Amino acid sequence: MSIRPEHELHARRKGRNIAIGLILGGMVAMIFAVSIVKLSQPQSEDIHAPNYVPATAGDSE
Amino acid sequence: MADVSSIDTREHEAQFGDYVELLKPRVMRLVVFTALVGMLVAPVPVHPVIAVASILCIAIGAGASGALNMWWDRDIDAVMKRTMGRPIPSGRVQAGEALAIGLALSGLSVMMLAVFANLAAAGWLAFTIFFYVVIYSIGLKRLTPQNIVIGGAAGAFPPLLGWVVATGSISVEPVLLVALILIWTPPHFWALALWRNEDYKAAGIPMLPVMRGERVTRRYIFGYTLWLIPVALAPSFTQIGGMAYLAVSLLLNAVLLLGAWRLLKRQEADRDADNFRAEKQFFGFTIVYLFLHFMMLLVESTLRALDVSITALPIWF
Repeated sequence: MSIRPEHELHARRKGRNIAIGLILGGMVAMIFAVSIVKLSQPQSEDIHAPNYVPATAGDSE
Repeated sequence: MADVSSIDTREHEAQFGDYVELLKPRVMRLVVFTALVGMLVAPVPVHPVIAVASILCIAIGAGASGALNMWWDRDIDAVMKRTMGRPIPSGRVQAGEALAIGLALSGLSVMMLAVFANLAAAGWLAFTIFFYVVIYSIGLKRLTPQNIVIGGAAGAFPPLLGWVVATGSISVEPVLLVALILIWTPPHFWALALWRNEDYKAAGIPMLPVMRGERVTRRYIFGYTLWLIPVALAPSFTQIGGMAYLAVSLLLNAVLLLGAWRLLKRQEADRDADNFRAEKQFFGFTIVYLFLHFMMLLVESTLRALDVSITALPIWF
């Protein structure tokens, strides 16, 4: 028995599937970008980091 | 291979655009704008990548609450002319799908914002969604003619969300921005309700013109406008405002007050004669009013960044 690779349903849902694929890809890219940014920031500048060190007088902002 | 034709039961296949429409993209646009202003005027700079990711989370959270609102209101949406073309009443998306999408995106947006920005921002986003869906849509909208007054709070939170993303805490400036949208909302929507009265009546929503009549609504619009003016001017005297903001705000408030006064003085014969022209103009102007106030805050923050601030205003708040 041959498997029909393309059902009519696939054609109808094509746009939806492409869009969801792009969104998922976008999410992966965004999380990756945020990770890179967060990891490259010195932890002490992040006021929510556990090792936050308040800036002392004379430091730049 | 499973027989896929067995799941093909619906006449219309929901397209991606139908799901997007479920998230109320026009409301999302406003949320993105006000949240972005709240973030950019905050005294703590945000890394552009974090800013984009956080704003996206806030927008998705707002969209999720829109989907939940459409799920809950599907019965009245089907009755009102303005809303009968929405995805659920028009049959393009099923109610259960809207509920699932709303709940999933709510949870996702709050969790992601906690990771991208901070816990305080995520908490406020969760509260905003809860407020809009449970307190406003499910609780107050069909119960009281003051529904808009309290419901406006949900739409007022985005600038505060943006601010908290940047600073991690709340101060007087974002509270003033919340108050500005909060008090702006009732006159804005009541002006719309004046000429959409029949719609709301048919759906049984207790909007002010339905419950208390047109005259009372016009008085309320004027009253709220009077109350709005000091709130709109107040940010001039904070660290995010300045002379440019004050000047534009004074002008906008003068025009708004004039419009509200005109509405107050109009009789039923007047509005029948020109088919609610003044009401529609007032409604349109309220949008410009809010937009320009937020634009001026951006202008002020740009001026400060460039160090060309012309301001000599005292900071009172």
